[in-house]
Amino acid sequence: MSTATLPRTDFSTTMRTQPAVTTAQPSTDGFDPAYIQIKDFSFSYGAAQVLHNLTLDIPERQVTAFIGPSGCGKSTLLRNLNRMNDLVDGVHHKGDILVAGHSIYDPLIEVIALRKRIGMVFQKSNPFPKSIYENVVYSLRVAGRNGKAELDEVVERSLKGAALWDEVKDRLHESAFGLSGGQMQRLCIARAIANRPEILLMDEPCSALDPIATSKVEELIHELKKEFTIVIVTHNMQQAARVSDRTAFFYLGKLIEYSETRRIFQNPSNPQTEAYVSGRFG
Amino acid sequence: MSTKKPFFSSTYKPVGESWVWVTSMGLAIGLVMILFLLGMIVYNGLEVFWPKPVARVELREGSEAGIRGSTTFAGEIIKKQIKKVAAVGSDAPPGQEYQFYVGNKDAYGFTFKYIDADQIAEITYPQPLMVAERMEYGRAIFEPVELRQADGAVIAADHPDFRPTLDRLITEAGERRRVIRKIERDRIGDINRQLESIRLRKRSLEAKAAPSAADAHQLNEVFPSRVAELQQQFGVLAAEARELRELQEVAKLQVKTPDGSDRTYAIGSLIEVNRPNDLGAFEKVGIFFHRFWTFLSDEPREANTEGGIFPAIFGTFVMTLLMSMAVTPFGVLAAIYLREYAKQGPFVRAVRIAVNNLAGVPSIVFGVFGLGFFVYFLGGTIDQLFYSLSLPTPTFGTGGVLWASMTLALMTVPVVIVATEEALSAVSRGTREGSLACGASKWQTIQRIVLPASLPGILTGLILAMARGAGEVAPLMLVGVVKLAPTLPLDTIYPFFHLERKFMHLGFHIYDLGFQSPDSEAAKPMVFATTFLLILLVVCLNLGAILIRNHLRKKYKTATF
Repeated sequence: MSTATLPRTDFSTTMRTQPAVTTAQPSTDGFDPAYIQIKDFSFSYGAAQVLHNLTLDIPERQVTAFIGPSGCGKSTLLRNLNRMNDLVDGVHHKGDILVAGHSIYDPLIEVIALRKRIGMVFQKSNPFPKSIYENVVYSLRVAGRNGKAELDEVVERSLKGAALWDEVKDRLHESAFGLSGGQMQRLCIARAIANRPEILLMDEPCSALDPIATSKVEELIHELKKEFTIVIVTHNMQQAARVSDRTAFFYLGKLIEYSETRRIFQNPSNPQTEAYVSGRFG
Repeated sequence: MSTKKPFFSSTYKPVGESWVWVTSMGLAIGLVMILFLLGMIVYNGLEVFWPKPVARVELREGSEAGIRGSTTFAGEIIKKQIKKVAAVGSDAPPGQEYQFYVGNKDAYGFTFKYIDADQIAEITYPQPLMVAERMEYGRAIFEPVELRQADGAVIAADHPDFRPTLDRLITEAGERRRVIRKIERDRIGDINRQLESIRLRKRSLEAKAAPSAADAHQLNEVFPSRVAELQQQFGVLAAEARELRELQEVAKLQVKTPDGSDRTYAIGSLIEVNRPNDLGAFEKVGIFFHRFWTFLSDEPREANTEGGIFPAIFGTFVMTLLMSMAVTPFGVLAAIYLREYAKQGPFVRAVRIAVNNLAGVPSIVFGVFGLGFFVYFLGGTIDQLFYSLSLPTPTFGTGGVLWASMTLALMTVPVVIVATEEALSAVSRGTREGSLACGASKWQTIQRIVLPASLPGILTGLILAMARGAGEVAPLMLVGVVKLAPTLPLDTIYPFFHLERKFMHLGFHIYDLGFQSPDSEAAKPMVFATTFLLILLVVCLNLGAILIRNHLRKKYKTATF
């Protein structure tokens, strides 16, 4: 597995303040097995607590799937990883989340800088009312990078990365709304990886797609994990089994079981997990 | 044997929703009323320009109803109606009467005449009858007798050269009129401006505590000689204008009025003549468009009851544009703060209610506020600071197109705020989150994603604001509209935009024509025509905004996912 292409972030190397060991797995290929550490994390919308004392480590350059029935808090947890939930009124949290050993709630970290390192793909594709080209380079433009050569290169690389280049290379300057649903979702993936984040969060990225588009996105996830740490929320058991290396099962805001995907699906240690993955409840 | 209950039974009554038609009636009544109003305005507004035939009326032998004792007169038939009051001491039902436009106000002292139908012996439409549009006293209706040219040559009315010569002389007189106007308004106006600027400089030098030698030289030598020079130029121009004016009086048209008296008109007093009973359809159409164009492009005459309304169209247009330019940024910024940044709570809700209620404040209240705040306070302060030399004559400290626009902007800002807020809130949360997830700040998200997507909605608010602002009259009467403005707020004289100038406005023009003019009967057609143009102007402004909005909608159309 190649690591040469990826520039490392500043905060992963300079601001490591805490030892990154809680539930260490054997290190693979020299990557950090506890790249994202969620530590005793609780979260409430107003008076309603939706996450209860979660603790788990997410390894670098692997795909981690969050599964569980609706309302179990898996999306909420995902949206906390890039602090997207800060936008909602009346939320508060306890515990901490560390990325590369540094707390994302550190007042010294600007939330905008954090989101530049953590890309996100949403359940419902949300292209901007702009051209395909402008959609892809949006994250560079807001960062003040406007050099044409750089943008052209980023557009080609990102669209190729999202397996969309061949389909849209002749109409880059047409509206993004002319694309099909699957193409739009891949455009959103291209947009999320354009600025080369370290982490890619995917919130049910295939829930609105047909099987063909879904399989394209899944192939893409396989490709992307060479470069990115991916966290994916999904309702689709087969998808979790197909794309992920590790799977976490949540139920009512609690982490029920977290292990290698094969174990979760073949030999879960918790009877609730077994009931859910075998389709008997949920 | 048990009978199975049928699935459908003929005894069931069909369940109709029987009052649905009320909703359609509501719409239909509204449509009918609007179409009737528009149709009436368009018909009456355009009819003004159509050349009407002139009737020659013979009254019965011995009738006293005619003009100046004559039993013959001529005029356009305005209407025929049942008399409102029956004859005194008679039980018979009231008869019919005609209303005629008889013109010749200089000779008769009136322009309209009611005649009982039973007094009329005969109505004919003779071809020689001529109608002349004049500089003063409205139209003249007459039979031409002869044309006396400057060199003493006389052409009788039945001579084939009569009409071409008359038309040529009238055209020449019209050109001379334009030259006189140019001299009097532009060149003499220019001299007046220079004299005024010398007067102001003189005042500023005189106000100095310790005038230097150079100042004294200016005061005692340069200024007086420059003033003398300008006054000499003024004399030359005034003489030139006087000469041209005299030329206007040389050629004359000798006519006979329908009641039989002789009159002579200077050619310079006529604008246009035609024989309405002798016109083909094409000529009538030509005259119609010519008159319409004159109405659009000319300045008013005769206390606004004659001539065109160009200054009023232009004033309304400039004021509406200035208002839009002021109200859009103001309203959009306020709405952005209210919707995107302010913490939603009881206070913001109260502000929102207050903004909505502001839309219900009577417009005259805004007028009074504009007069007190913009004109007296802001304008007065500007005069003190920058135009103190011309005081006590106010520059900005009196009503003007700028203050009128600001007042209307204040009045229409709630409309823009409400529309913008709605447009902003219609931009989906998903789109905003997508932008934030790309590392955009909140302001970048608003500026690059939310505002472009809500532009069509903002423009809708602007369209509503323009429609309301362009038709408003009451507040404008306090902050800058006048019956007759000698100059436009935009011209070729430096600094081109004269925002302190008073201006004319179509809405006020309608009020002034219909309810303030000395002869409201004569002004009635102009009221309709002006109303028609005001509606046309608002429609044009709105169409412009709608076209832009549709273009943007196409550009930012939301996904059909």
